[in-house]
Amino acid sequence: MALDPTTIRRIATLSRIRVEDDQLAPLAQELNGILGWIEQLNEVNVDGVEPLTGGAQMAMKMRDDVVTDGGYAEDILANAPDRNGAFFAVPKVVE
Amino acid sequence: MAYAIEGATGPWEVVVGLEVHAQVISESKLFSGSSAAFGAEPNTHVSFIDAGFPGMLPVINRACVAQAVRTGLGLNAEIHKVSRFDRKNYFYADMPQGYQISQFEHPIVGTGIVEVELSDGSVKRIGVTRLHLEQDAGKSLHDQHPTKTFVDLNRSGVPLMEIVSEPDIRSPEEAGAYLRKLRSILRYLGTCDGNMEEGSMRADVNVSVRKAGEPYRTRCEVKNVNSIRFVMQAIEAEAARQVEVWESGGEVKQETRLFDPNRGVTRSMRSKEDAHDYRYFPEPDLLPLVLEQNWIDALKAALPELPDAKKARFRSEYGLTAYDAAVLVAEKATADFFEAVAKGRDPKIAANWVTGDFFAALNRTGKTIETSPVSAANLGALLDLMANNTINGRIAKDVFEAMVETGKDPAEIVEEKGLKQVTDTGAIDAAVDAIIAANADKVAEYRSGKDKLFGFFVGQTMKAMGGKGNPALINETLKRRLS
Amino acid sequence: MLTDLTIAQAQTGLRAKQFTAEELTEAHLRGIGTLNPRLNAFLTVTAEQAREQAKAADAAIAKGDIRPLTGIPLAIKDLFCTKGVRTTAASMILSPFVPPYESTVTANLLRDGAVFVGKTNLDEFAMGSSNMSSAFGPVENPWKRRQDQNAVLVPGGSSGGSAAAVSARLAMGATGTDTGGSIRQPASFCGLVGVKPSYGRCSRWGVVAFASSLDHPGPFARTVQDSAILLRSMASHDPKDSTSADRSVPDYEAACKRGVKGLRIGVPREYRVDGMPAEIEALWEQGVQWLRDAGAEIVDVSLPHTKYGLATYYIVAPAEASSNLARYDGVRFGQRQDGGDLTEMYSNTRAAGFGAEVRRRIMIGTYVLSAGYYDAYYLRAQKVRALILRDFHEAFQKVDALITPTTPSAAFAQGEKMDDPVQMYLNDLFTVGANLAGVPATSVPAGLDSNGLPLGLQIIGKPFDEETVFAVSAEIERAAGFTALPQIRAGA
Ligand SMILES: [Mg+2]
Ligand SMILES: [Zn+2]
Repeated sequence: MALDPTTIRRIATLSRIRVEDDQLAPLAQELNGILGWIEQLNEVNVDGVEPLTGGAQMAMKMRDDVVTDGGYAEDILANAPDRNGAFFAVPKVVE
Repeated sequence: MAYAIEGATGPWEVVVGLEVHAQVISESKLFSGSSAAFGAEPNTHVSFIDAGFPGMLPVINRACVAQAVRTGLGLNAEIHKVSRFDRKNYFYADMPQGYQISQFEHPIVGTGIVEVELSDGSVKRIGVTRLHLEQDAGKSLHDQHPTKTFVDLNRSGVPLMEIVSEPDIRSPEEAGAYLRKLRSILRYLGTCDGNMEEGSMRADVNVSVRKAGEPYRTRCEVKNVNSIRFVMQAIEAEAARQVEVWESGGEVKQETRLFDPNRGVTRSMRSKEDAHDYRYFPEPDLLPLVLEQNWIDALKAALPELPDAKKARFRSEYGLTAYDAAVLVAEKATADFFEAVAKGRDPKIAANWVTGDFFAALNRTGKTIETSPVSAANLGALLDLMANNTINGRIAKDVFEAMVETGKDPAEIVEEKGLKQVTDTGAIDAAVDAIIAANADKVAEYRSGKDKLFGFFVGQTMKAMGGKGNPALINETLKRRLS
Repeated sequence: MLTDLTIAQAQTGLRAKQFTAEELTEAHLRGIGTLNPRLNAFLTVTAEQAREQAKAADAAIAKGDIRPLTGIPLAIKDLFCTKGVRTTAASMILSPFVPPYESTVTANLLRDGAVFVGKTNLDEFAMGSSNMSSAFGPVENPWKRRQDQNAVLVPGGSSGGSAAAVSARLAMGATGTDTGGSIRQPASFCGLVGVKPSYGRCSRWGVVAFASSLDHPGPFARTVQDSAILLRSMASHDPKDSTSADRSVPDYEAACKRGVKGLRIGVPREYRVDGMPAEIEALWEQGVQWLRDAGAEIVDVSLPHTKYGLATYYIVAPAEASSNLARYDGVRFGQRQDGGDLTEMYSNTRAAGFGAEVRRRIMIGTYVLSAGYYDAYYLRAQKVRALILRDFHEAFQKVDALITPTTPSAAFAQGEKMDDPVQMYLNDLFTVGANLAGVPATSVPAGLDSNGLPLGLQIIGKPFDEETVFAVSAEIERAAGFTALPQIRAGA
């Protein structure tokens, strides 16, 4: 499953990482190196194996439905690169 | 007659499935302790978790899980004792984590059924595919600034139930009936307030069209429609658009669209164009959600009577028609109001008054059951005044109007306005005699066989008595004097 | 030298009023002032805050209110959010970020009286094994090759700054995080004890996430006992982390004294890989002998899926990372690069804000989760992960703990192994298994290679049985009598 520049372009778009056209080919080569090495997993017989989704083997605890957080808009906004009053601001989106 | 879009090539069947996002009634958010209440100042009902700050982790709200289970039980659906959360990955300005925590492969609730009544009296069963829990995104405001979109994260993390129907819906009417029924069930359960204006219930509408007997064709998803009327209009508009595309030799392409209620058309949604690959995977910050059977059983035992059960009971217990029963159970408040009026009285008369004059008055005055000037006790008292012949049916209508205007109890109005029914036979005899004397010509005609004139004499007598005469006694007296 | 004391010794000295917490802190701050410009171990030095905390510690000692870490100067990996103190994850994208909250682990340390001297350097977003991927420059390992004093060695990674700081006596202990070996490998490279506890033992709340199901906070120290003291403070059940284990925290310090008599120690045969340097093989054999001599029963065991651990890791970790790092979008915090529209702003921000290794892993992660590839990569990796867990489970039916080398090599020089990402990934060959299985593991300094560089042995235990791991680690430490010192250190 070798990556071609078109796939790299699609992944870059999905990842929201700008990649210049002249970087597509070298990036493809690099990622293919890693993926080729990863493909050793195809040797493993995984028939009938339940996938392991996480590091913890226990049931989930649930919290009570009580308001214990929030109410600090200034802290939420303090690190914002751009804001307008109590709102975050981003380039205009056309839906 | 089944609903169809008439195209140049003949009729087209419409196939619709609905994804309803219903905001769960809770105090706090699905995965954080900030308030889930609507309408706060921007970014105040926001925790660092809701804003996707580095190192923040979700912790699930037990009450939201209970609400999803209760809703599943109310939809006659299977409850999954083990479910799981997944991340749905995509970038958007009001999606702080860059993913939505949702349930993809293993939802908390599986298949269920909703029964809807249609206007022709038939009942249709619409399948529910699944119900899952997920978090809402924030809100983007695009019209506040010439070059910027503003983002408010108050809604970020608000608990939602996504209720997905099977593509069983075949007309705008069925879609409307399904949404009304679903909303009714949610409100009975107290799991969602069903308020579409505030966005606590919204629908994504999946529409396709096909010729009779064909397999499904490509569908389009009309996103975030926020009223039942708009859902119905959107289906009609989108189905018509698709018919036109197919018939002009084109191909409907699968996409996300928006409904413009002002123009009555759907249009392609630019911002969602490349969001097709959500890369769902199990949310590693959460563990599997495992429910105890005891807990589910306790929730089930505490469920209120739901509309279908109530409707069946209204029919058997009160002898109501299917139509009246359906109308009365649609809203729990209405059903409760009716039952208070009907208690110890003739249930059919109670049903007629509630669905007739009472609903008309609410409509006219723009009031709801909750704000109605006429209480159930007062409407019951009015029925009592008729039953014990204190007033007649005609006067009752006047008294009712006065109740709507003043909120007073009917006995007081009858007393004040002197509306007590006249049952004194002497007074009725006198009135009848006067009418007969004044209309000798009509009396002759009646006696010569023009039976229809009897109504004229009743009307005249009633009018002479200011409407307060006992109708039965008037009839009886007239019959006797005219024969 | 106050900076040469262990935490245990410093506790005694502070209690006995042989020196004050302020003196202890000043000694470390002086070391930082002298050596950090060279080592680049700290990204942020919090001298003023440390002095205030030390003053408070002295006041507490005067009142007799002595807690487990009162007055002890510690370094904090710059992946732990610290309230009011810049937290960068060694990334440009987070460079201006000042968290308004304190991570649970650091809050626990502060509760127990610790003094924080600063935030340490790391591989960007903890992705790396050399500390070369920090946006703020590499960290120099305080150890030198005997034959090549000019070579600048890496401290390992990703917690390289923490390891270098503790090794060079700029702090008495440090926090780290270990996702595939990021505590144990730098501990081995820098001659320290590093502990990756069980998954769920230390809360991840407030720790910048790399790969949620693999990230483990844990301590660095110069002795096993010190690491036990630190872990006991760091560990807790945290209701704010759904994956945190609701278990009481044992007295790890006491466990260090248990000895290994009667314990069954497994030697996993699959760790004997082709091309392993003979001196590492010899050290491993030596470690086994030490335990045998101390009364342990040595058992040959098999972990058949060992060789697939790394490839599994390099699917699972990037997949989770691609999602965890989606929040760095220039909207709510961090550094933004403008763009014509929202999508362009995102793409510019993330291209400029993330370094090459982070971008590479995000793209790999995005790819293995994407439509059409999920089953072949991610789902398969999860199944292999289940088999790896099963391997450990079966081995632990037979033995109480495992002993292996920590790394396939000693510290290498900056610039080495840089051409091929896969060569760099091999650093984690022996360590990733414990992350995938969530079991506790330590690295203990056990000897020197022919260049005079430290080498560690890894002890792996059953889930939540850190006590046995500490007991075995302490035995290795006693037997090894590791006393070598790094050439670059405070007061040297
Ligand atoms: Mg949808
Ligand atoms: Zn949804």
